[in-house]
Amino acid sequence: MNLIALSAGDLALAAGLVLLLAALSWRLCLGVERRVLIAALRSAVQLMLVGLVLKHLFAQANPVLIGLIVLVMWSVAGWEVQSRQKRRYTGPWGYGIGALSLFLSSFSVTLLALLAIIRVEPWYQPRYLIPLLGMLLGNTMSGVAIALDQLTRQAWDARGCIEARLLLGATWEEAIADLRREALRSGLIPIVNAMAAAGLVSLPGMMTGQILAGSPPLEAAKYQLLILFLISGGTGLGAMAAVWVGSRRLFDDRQRLRLDRLTRDRR
Amino acid sequence: MAGLRLDGLSTALLREVDLTLAAGEKVFLSGASGSGKSLLLRAVADLDPHRGEVWLDELPRSRLTPPEWRRRVGLLPAESHWWAETVGEHWGAPATGSPIESLLAALGFDADVSGWAIARLSTGERQRLALARLLLNQPQALLLDEATANLDSVNRERVETVLEDYRAAHAAAMLWVSHDPEQRVRLGGRRLVIRESRLESEP
Repeated sequence: MNLIALSAGDLALAAGLVLLLAALSWRLCLGVERRVLIAALRSAVQLMLVGLVLKHLFAQANPVLIGLIVLVMWSVAGWEVQSRQKRRYTGPWGYGIGALSLFLSSFSVTLLALLAIIRVEPWYQPRYLIPLLGMLLGNTMSGVAIALDQLTRQAWDARGCIEARLLLGATWEEAIADLRREALRSGLIPIVNAMAAAGLVSLPGMMTGQILAGSPPLEAAKYQLLILFLISGGTGLGAMAAVWVGSRRLFDDRQRLRLDRLTRDRR
Repeated sequence: MAGLRLDGLSTALLREVDLTLAAGEKVFLSGASGSGKSLLLRAVADLDPHRGEVWLDELPRSRLTPPEWRRRVGLLPAESHWWAETVGEHWGAPATGSPIESLLAALGFDADVSGWAIARLSTGERQRLALARLLLNQPQALLLDEATANLDSVNRERVETVLEDYRAAHAAAMLWVSHDPEQRVRLGGRRLVIRESRLESEP
């Protein structure tokens, strides 16, 4: 592989672009300069740390350490899903629904890929497990977050219609069927669009990275395809699980719409 | 004869309501705005969490599934809600023998109203169509939350006639929240008022 290593100076030059953006934001009174800088700083610190950790991890392949990293990734993704909700579920459900859906989707799809598709030996080899799971968690997280947010927002806005249907003798599932469909659809649209536009509009990030790092383009394309398929499967599973559990939680055992199980609007 | 019986029903605003409506009996309910009239109706329809039991024809609510209960004890909310584009899409599966045409005619609509767009209906038209939608289920008891509040005198009379005919034909118990003192007296029946979180007879 003919990898051209990046120096700190090279990265600093790229970071200059972010500084320019922040300066422009300040000059044009956009009010996002602080957030831009903090986000850039966060990404720098987080990615360098992860690079360091992975370097050691790949060298050792210690199952306990791998398990710990996986746990951290999972809990951060769950937290991220929760924080993207306009109205969260109260109590442990606020975190639980997102985390559960992520677990069901990302973990099962990653396992499938490791055991049946890439066939890594041993299956928990961190060089494959960590990036794959990361890709899946990251993308599934978006799908789950969008679908859940859509579901709870719509349920809040359409409470009158939902209750009108309950009053006419509909079951809770009938009363929320439209909203479920809508929520699922909006959760799936980003990944479907990404698949449709892949390669034509932009080269997906992972493929770009592989090519820049010296992989043959066709091999990179095959891996990217694998990832896209895994992600869409994972996102679909995750969004479905989240919407199912989430909509069930909106009703109690007497099939009453319980919007008091959502927090108030925080934005 | 058995009808609708509220047994120790407590909502956020009312405590320990015991109330029995015989089959075919009409009871008017009034009280200051915010005194809990609507909440009481919602509790009877099992739409809000609450304490207490409700019986319909000696059958406790807990013995029925919520959809079955709400079909039998029909609540007409003060504000009607519509989720599809045309009126007809809201009819659902009417109980067998529901006379949809004659019901619509009695409420002042042509038969082609089923094809009308919801967006073009007035508030009063929606209110009357919401009643039609509810009666198609043929409920055994009716909970009415200001059923005639948005109507002109012609349509108010139509709705009153339809409701009185329905009550007579089905021996339906009827709990009717009305802000109109003249209506409460004119239509007869028992009159109750909520005062200081208690149900009392209206003087």
